[in-house]
Amino acid sequence: MADLICENLNMTFTNPQTGGKVEALKDINFTLKKGELLSVLGPSGCGKTTLLNAIAGFVPPTGGHAKIGDKVIEGPGVERGMVFQQGALFEWLSVSRNVDYGLRMRGQDPAQNQKEVDKWLEIVGLQGFGDTPTYQLSGGMQQRVALARCLINEPDVILMDEPLGALDALTREKMQSLVLEIWKETGKTIMIITHSVEEALLLGERLFVMAPRPGRVHKEYNLPFAERGLKESLREIKKDPKFSEVREEILTMIWDMEEEIMGRA
Amino acid sequence: MLDWLSDNRAVIAAIIIPILVLAFVWSIYYGRKQDRLTDNDEVFGDPVRTKGGWYWAVCGVSSLFLIWFYFSWGVGRAYFPEAANNMCQVAKLEESVGPIKASLPIGSRYYKSTLLAGRNADQLDELQAQLASTPFTDAEKAELAELIDQTNTLIANSSDPANMSDATREELSGIAVQIIALSQFLDAGPVNMSPTPEALAQPKWGTTFTEIPILPRTEKGVLFDTAATQAAEISGAFNKIRNQSAANDSLIEDTQARIEALKEINESGDFDEATLAAREDYVKAVERIFRRLDDGLIFPAAALEEVNDAVAVLDASASSAQGSLRIADALFFPGPGIVKSATQCTEQGSARWLPKPTDVVATFGRLANPDLENGGGYRGFPLLWWDWVAVADVVAFFVPDWIADVWPGEYARHGSDGTIEPNFKDKLLAFATGDVNLGHFPMLDGHIWDSLFRVLVALGLGILLGVPLGLFMGVSKFFKSFFDPLIELYRPVPPLAWAPLILTIFGIQDDGKIFLLFMVAFAIMVISARTGASGVQLSKIRASHSLGATDRQIMWTVIFPNALPEILTGIRIAVGVCWGTLVAAEMLAGTTGIGFIENIARTVSDYELIWVTILIMGVLGLVFDLIMRWVIQKTIPWRGMG
Ligand SMILES: Nc1ncnc2c1ncn2[C@@H]1O[C@H](COP(=O)(O)OP(=O)(O)OP(=O)(O)O)[C@@H](O)[C@H]1O
Ligand SMILES: [Mg+2]
Repeated sequence: MADLICENLNMTFTNPQTGGKVEALKDINFTLKKGELLSVLGPSGCGKTTLLNAIAGFVPPTGGHAKIGDKVIEGPGVERGMVFQQGALFEWLSVSRNVDYGLRMRGQDPAQNQKEVDKWLEIVGLQGFGDTPTYQLSGGMQQRVALARCLINEPDVILMDEPLGALDALTREKMQSLVLEIWKETGKTIMIITHSVEEALLLGERLFVMAPRPGRVHKEYNLPFAERGLKESLREIKKDPKFSEVREEILTMIWDMEEEIMGRA
Repeated sequence: MLDWLSDNRAVIAAIIIPILVLAFVWSIYYGRKQDRLTDNDEVFGDPVRTKGGWYWAVCGVSSLFLIWFYFSWGVGRAYFPEAANNMCQVAKLEESVGPIKASLPIGSRYYKSTLLAGRNADQLDELQAQLASTPFTDAEKAELAELIDQTNTLIANSSDPANMSDATREELSGIAVQIIALSQFLDAGPVNMSPTPEALAQPKWGTTFTEIPILPRTEKGVLFDTAATQAAEISGAFNKIRNQSAANDSLIEDTQARIEALKEINESGDFDEATLAAREDYVKAVERIFRRLDDGLIFPAAALEEVNDAVAVLDASASSAQGSLRIADALFFPGPGIVKSATQCTEQGSARWLPKPTDVVATFGRLANPDLENGGGYRGFPLLWWDWVAVADVVAFFVPDWIADVWPGEYARHGSDGTIEPNFKDKLLAFATGDVNLGHFPMLDGHIWDSLFRVLVALGLGILLGVPLGLFMGVSKFFKSFFDPLIELYRPVPPLAWAPLILTIFGIQDDGKIFLLFMVAFAIMVISARTGASGVQLSKIRASHSLGATDRQIMWTVIFPNALPEILTGIRIAVGVCWGTLVAAEMLAGTTGIGFIENIARTVSDYELIWVTILIMGVLGLVFDLIMRWVIQKTIPWRGMG
């Protein structure tokens, strides 16, 4: 395991029809140490997904690079697990076969796999659902399957793109605790994109607020709430005046950015 | 059993029809009751509204069968099994009286004499008008004008009752008397008449190719049959009567002589070609009209009045003698007359191309009977049965002959004593050509199986080759761009347009048809697999990449299952299109298969057989579709859920 490093990461999209250019990412520089939990916030279209995709290796950056330790990222890899906004489960497979997909693809012993699957299903609270087809699960359950499918592969870095966006408040809170628990127990490096300021504050040990056009890191915070979330109830933390203070600050920041975009448009 | 059923089809229909009526009435009653119960709590447009409702299916099917029974005269035959035979006898009478009627207003608006007189006079007027511009000398023209005049006089003389000979007059009234007698015979009804044993032994209506038994099977039938025979004699006599009036005799002779004289001048004279032709044509035209008039076919209208009235009386008698038959005809034999040709007694009208349901079933039963010796099957081949197939033949199909050729060594030569000692190479050749005994296995056989086999093999090959290619085309620039033009070039051409070429290249046996169908199935499978493959959600592919799957694994564990709904839909479409193409291809060439049967049936106008093949194809198509629906439901329950 090693640190995740972005050096002068640039991403410019060119519209093939008009030739117009969009600077989705411009000179992104940061180092995410092993075991850190980073949440990323920002107005819509500021390049969050693009950043995550570049780190995951789905799209090559147009400038600079991202590295895991010394290794430059050149494509998707098992050491970087991804959880998508909409699960992206394989609906033709059962829950178990979804979860052990990565293990099977690497030709591991099926009996061994089953044990792993059972372990992870228990961690995400889906014991007994192994044989259920995934399309019969609720949105929250599907998201937990996606999490288990990613974690069973033991990636060094877990990348999550709005993983809890589609969930109701209660499920969302449970899932947030789950993410924190897993973070604590496995000590993985986690990067999570969210639209919810509260979620970003609760989960992020570090927090980037990104700004659009060109996409860049506007402001960075170091926060104590994630550490506290391991022991206290998340609802208690939300009542903390410090929490509200930061939340208001960030909300105003994003609001201003949105205003600016609207004004420009 | 089969024969008994076949022989009693009218009775069977008579039992089935009330059941159908009951099912129809009951389903409407029950359906309305059910719908009234559920209507209130269903939202219009909600697809759930269409669920269930099997009683409406009963209603639809039973009404369809009833309509079929009715318009094919199945109802008529069920409850009036002798009606067609009787109508056939009535038609015989109609046919016998026909020649008399044809020359009277009762049958054709005008007297034939009126038409003849009118037409000939018109033509003479025309000739008269042309006369001035003909290349005749003035003297000749005067002569011709007189000839035309004389010919007109012939018409006038024939039309004058005063010129009619007493003999002719008597002949005509004799005819009228005979006709009246015939109508009295009909009025008297079938007294002391009974069908002959021979007539009663005839096969029943519908069981032979001539359809309707020709000899009268009932008293009424005998009555009409007898009347028809008499009417035929009267007709014959009537047709022989000529009106050769004495006033015309000398006129005819004189005209004849003058025409001959003119012809002679034409022949001996020295005319140039065009003039001669014009002269000859004109004289010929005059002669033609004259010839038509000298055979005494024009009668005075008044002289025929009596016969015309007598025929009207006969018509009235005939129609009252039919009695209930006419009501049955009007109610249960829709369309124009049931009997077309009285001398052949074949059905005409809707029942000719719409055979009765029971007849279609009987024909199907005859075809389905695997006992070829006793008239089963079609053209010496069963419809669907089984047979022993030599394993060696199957092996030979897959093992090409050249394997033996390329095997090292030489084929055996005959020895000095004339015997042949086969070596291994010989044995290999025998193996490759199927010339060995490897035992037999039972296999389906028959026309239906042949058609099915062709479709299934072609479909199987199409799936096996088309799906992988389609998947690769969905993900690879090379595959897409390389194969797209090839497939898009041949696909839009209707498969049947390829047929003549393919059948020439591959032969009219299974190979050609299978290849043709393969082309159809292949294109459909490629396109559907490709659509499915290119429609995969990017996030699933990415997830799979992140989980460490290789490209090949992604192909078979993500892209293929994702394309499965499209592939199965493609198969469903391909089955349908293959069926359609196959039947047409079998019509073009071949000696087995459903399409082959239909094609032969078409050439001999065997409508029952045509319907049997249509129904077989319909049912098989339905079965295919049900199987595919079931497979789709079982294999991709997640369709539309991703
Ligand atoms: N494939 C692409 N081609 C062209 N432009 C793109 C492409 N992907 C993203 N962009 C542009 O890059 C910018 C950043 O997009 P991105 O998806 O990263 O935004 P985001 O921050 O994830 O937004 P959201 O919060 O709405 O998901 C946007 O302006 C978008 O229009
Ligand atoms: Mg996004």
